[in-house]
Amino acid sequence: MRIPEFWLRSWIDTSASVEAIAEALTMAGLEVEDLEPAAPPFTGVVLARIESAEKHPDADRLRVCRVNAGPGAESLQIICGAPNARAGIFVACAREGAVLPGDFKIKRAKMRGVESQGMLCSLKELGISEEGAGIVELSPEPSMALGMNIRDLLGLDEKTLTLKLTPNRPDCLSVLGVARELSAVLGLPLRTPTALAEGALTGLAPLITHPERLASESAAVCPVVSNRQFPIRLRPEAVSGARPLCGRFSSRVIEGVDASVDTPAFIKRRLEAAGQRCISVLVDISNYVMLELGRPTHIFDLDALRPLPEGGIEVRWARPGESLALLNGQSPVLNDYFGVIADAEGPVALAGIMGGERTAVSTQTKNILIEAAFWWPDAVRGRSQQLKFATDAGHRFERGVSAATTIAHIEIITALILQICGGRAGPLEDDLQAIPARPVVMMRRSRCEKIMGRPYTAGEISAVFTRLQLTHRHESSDSDDVFYVTPPAERFDLEIEEDLIEEVARIVGFAKIGVRSPTAVLTPQIPAETQRSTHRLRQALVYQDFHEVVTYSFIEPALAALFARPEQQVSLLNPIAAQYSVMRPSLLPSLVKVLQDNLARQETRVRVFELGRVFSADSSVQDDALSVAGIDQPLRLAALAYGPVCDDQWGIQPRPVDFYDLKSDLEALVAPLSLEYKAIEGATSAGFLHPGMAAAVYLHGQNIGWIGVVHPSLQQAWQIPQPLVAFELNVLPLLHCAMPTPQAPSKFPMVVRDLAFVVSTDVAAGQIASTILKLKQKSNQLLSLNNFKCFDEYRGQGIAVNEKSLAFRFHFQDTLRTLEDADIEQAIEVIVRAVQEDCKATLRVA
Amino acid sequence: MVELDQLVSEAVSAFEACSDTASLENAKARFLGKSGSVTELLKGLSGLDPDARRAQGALVNKAKAAIETALASRRQALTEQALREKLSAEAIDVTLPGRGRGVGTIHPVIKTWQRIEAIFRSIGFDVADGPEIENDWTNFTALNNPENHPARSMQDTFYLDRNDSGGRPLLLRTHTSPMQVRYARSHTPPIKVIAPGRTYRVDSDATHSPMFHQVEGLWLGDSVSFADLKGLYHDFLQQFFDTTDLDVRFRPSFFPFTEPSAEIDMRFGTGPLQGRWLEISGAGQVHPSVIRHFGFDPEKIIGFAFGSGLERLTMLRYGVADLRLFFENDLRFLRQFQGL
Repeated sequence: MRIPEFWLRSWIDTSASVEAIAEALTMAGLEVEDLEPAAPPFTGVVLARIESAEKHPDADRLRVCRVNAGPGAESLQIICGAPNARAGIFVACAREGAVLPGDFKIKRAKMRGVESQGMLCSLKELGISEEGAGIVELSPEPSMALGMNIRDLLGLDEKTLTLKLTPNRPDCLSVLGVARELSAVLGLPLRTPTALAEGALTGLAPLITHPERLASESAAVCPVVSNRQFPIRLRPEAVSGARPLCGRFSSRVIEGVDASVDTPAFIKRRLEAAGQRCISVLVDISNYVMLELGRPTHIFDLDALRPLPEGGIEVRWARPGESLALLNGQSPVLNDYFGVIADAEGPVALAGIMGGERTAVSTQTKNILIEAAFWWPDAVRGRSQQLKFATDAGHRFERGVSAATTIAHIEIITALILQICGGRAGPLEDDLQAIPARPVVMMRRSRCEKIMGRPYTAGEISAVFTRLQLTHRHESSDSDDVFYVTPPAERFDLEIEEDLIEEVARIVGFAKIGVRSPTAVLTPQIPAETQRSTHRLRQALVYQDFHEVVTYSFIEPALAALFARPEQQVSLLNPIAAQYSVMRPSLLPSLVKVLQDNLARQETRVRVFELGRVFSADSSVQDDALSVAGIDQPLRLAALAYGPVCDDQWGIQPRPVDFYDLKSDLEALVAPLSLEYKAIEGATSAGFLHPGMAAAVYLHGQNIGWIGVVHPSLQQAWQIPQPLVAFELNVLPLLHCAMPTPQAPSKFPMVVRDLAFVVSTDVAAGQIASTILKLKQKSNQLLSLNNFKCFDEYRGQGIAVNEKSLAFRFHFQDTLRTLEDADIEQAIEVIVRAVQEDCKATLRVA
Repeated sequence: MVELDQLVSEAVSAFEACSDTASLENAKARFLGKSGSVTELLKGLSGLDPDARRAQGALVNKAKAAIETALASRRQALTEQALREKLSAEAIDVTLPGRGRGVGTIHPVIKTWQRIEAIFRSIGFDVADGPEIENDWTNFTALNNPENHPARSMQDTFYLDRNDSGGRPLLLRTHTSPMQVRYARSHTPPIKVIAPGRTYRVDSDATHSPMFHQVEGLWLGDSVSFADLKGLYHDFLQQFFDTTDLDVRFRPSFFPFTEPSAEIDMRFGTGPLQGRWLEISGAGQVHPSVIRHFGFDPEKIIGFAFGSGLERLTMLRYGVADLRLFFENDLRFLRQFQGL
């Protein structure tokens, strides 16, 4: 909300600078986000008059002006190129030594041989406006002398405050509301601005600064000279029941207004300075009262309203299919979600939001109906959003506008209209049905002190409530002070004790609360040693030369489809763009995007990882402490490697990264856990992977992810020149490791034996390994087999085409004695026999 | 016995003249071999009488010892020289780059996350986690943010095409606060917890990302006050920015889930942002309705909550001017955070 400084000062007399005012408001919770001057800084520009203007002897488009710029500069010679430079007009003259916006210094200069002792300025040159057609022509009041500083003349040092109000303070959506806060903060009284203290309003003037008194004490101030009435019928379902729409409706007819007169300067100036467009006198008066006092009203052209059969108009919920041509040119089709004011032909206004075109006032309007209503916030909220436009009235009503002052505000608006447009006022009508109760709110001093952690005196508290115009009662006992506050009608935010504590704390000032480190019980608490954090996993990958990336959790539907069936996909109803519309079922597409982006930046080797959630619909998930029913959203960790295994460097033969490189990284990452790898069979579950170069990854028998080379056809489709290898795992199973159970190393010698098995190419090394492991578990002869692993795979000369040789190295060691050849021979024999049987292997003889 | 002295000096010169072990062995044979000069002299002793033999023998043996010493010394010198030459030939260019892979980096926003965890763990805070697809109750209602309330439009929410158990559309959490709801409902006070994580709002321009990170802090107990919040957050910022040269101010604001509520601003005493108030966090005393939703009695349990943006803290910490750099994942940007 924009509040011009002069307007605010019309309510409160303070010598505080506008900067100090802004600071005070900000520190009281009314954030001033901008203080904008009417014009950028400039100096040395004064009011002057052109006494004569002659054509320049040497230039057709230049004029030599004789300019009176006030005492001591009665006859300056200034060359001007503006077509409107002529004798008799008042102008803004930058004298020698002036500095204009953009650090433009005005010097005495010769133009085509004739001296110029200054410059006549356009609005553009002064930084006031973008338009710069000709020099500015001023129309000074008679009291203003030539030579007067133009900044004073035009009020250019005036600043406008832009407030960023929080949604709980609709009472501050007016100049009066902000002034009231300022008065509480500065401890200064409010005064009624002159414009609201004249004529018929003289009687009301002392009440205007106190809405409570204005509501209860205001008497009729405008003479009723007409008996013309126009009934408003509040339909029962619109005032009570589950969805009340309107709690109070006040109105008045004024006949015979002259709506063609100009809007008075004082209103025009305020509206323009607040950023509100001036439209016509009646609309401008209505807008002025809204900005000044916070009361949105609507003025109908009475002659355009078509009375209902029973007379008057009605307030009701809209009927499905009804439409309303609004003032903004839109014609929404309504339903019973929207409240309306309607006449015999249908809706004439959208309740609390905007009036209709058909019954709008114009400069020809003669007779009017003014309304001021209390619309329940719930009945207005969300409607503008649904129609995709916002109005000042809707903004206020959905946050809450006082129900108490409708009558007083109609009196004020009537008085202004009678004063400006003339006319004959009819009687005030007021249908008060149900308005918000204002229950008394209690606040204990002890509670205030406990919540804020600072002592407050009863006097301090009482003073805050008084300054905020809060009617309150104070009860004191030995142990505590209790305050009972009746919230004013416009303060919808005062409902509970904490709301009052906030009032006390913010008006006394948050800064008054000291800064000290809190104290607490010291109980050591760190996670179990067997529990590692996600940060440990991150760090492990960093040491494996991976860079962590952070990418959006939503991806494009075509990519999601590669990883999840349609019924598993979770989509956004309101994505920022179509390519970000599905919650990712895998991290891989995001890493691929990072790869593509970096390849486009001429990177050739990319190793990245991300730790984040993936999402899929899963009806087996129930609501729980850490889960939401119907959605599986596990934390996953994915890494992608692309390009040479190492950066090109001396002494290392370049080689593209492959499955086994990444597998090694993965093993190092999860250590001391060890994973099982099973070839992914068929393309159904992981069609995005190379069917021959991918594995499902298991931990303790549970599938926790995959590792593999991305399917070559996808790689091609994604226009990635070389193969990429990736893995993706559930994170949670990786976070728990067993405690180590160390044994003392054996003192006896170790025996190493190698065996090479020739097997069919479709026998996996892991199959042989698991045969040996199973055997070790049941055979006493393998007690001394400490470990073994496959250390070579060979295909080629000496081996049949459909076969391969797998070489294993076995380490034997006993903790109690030195092993003898016979022990080893026996063990080897057992192993060979088992592998021969289980894997159809033959022993390869060297 | 001039002859013997001469023999020794001949041998020494002969050894010195040898430039490798092979010629040294040849030279050795000349003096100490089977028919070498010294051997011949020793053989010649047998023809002498015992006294002369003894006297002459002693002299010859002394000369032999001297020759052997000279030989050993020359042998050693040659060995050392050979080693020197070998090592010298093996010398490498130590300025060539080390071989192998490099080291990666932690993402700067996650670096901030880790740092915040470390700070709060050091004063006994637990770290909570929670789902990113949330239900309406946990994201809004439990936090005193009823449907249609204007405060909801402060947070433009992403909604999903599936409903929660209450029949309302699921959503992407708009803040990390639902994690404090989940944590508080499954723990008993005193509660000291932070909850960092991803959050989402329908907003995308130069200064807003539709996905970003927050950290939520919650401390509940029987007397945890706004003054404690001020002290703690002040300490936190000083630790996070590694400086005591910064000011912090709390100004009144509004959040549905806290009352009183505050915006926290900070101001550096030095550096490019010196002297400017920078919004850094929203905070306040937890609203009694929210305490009740946690399952506690607000007369007995009070405390504060705060929420800060990790991207904002990261930008201020490292002087990153453009939010979008965090999500572009340009390796040239990320590599600069190596070693941190």
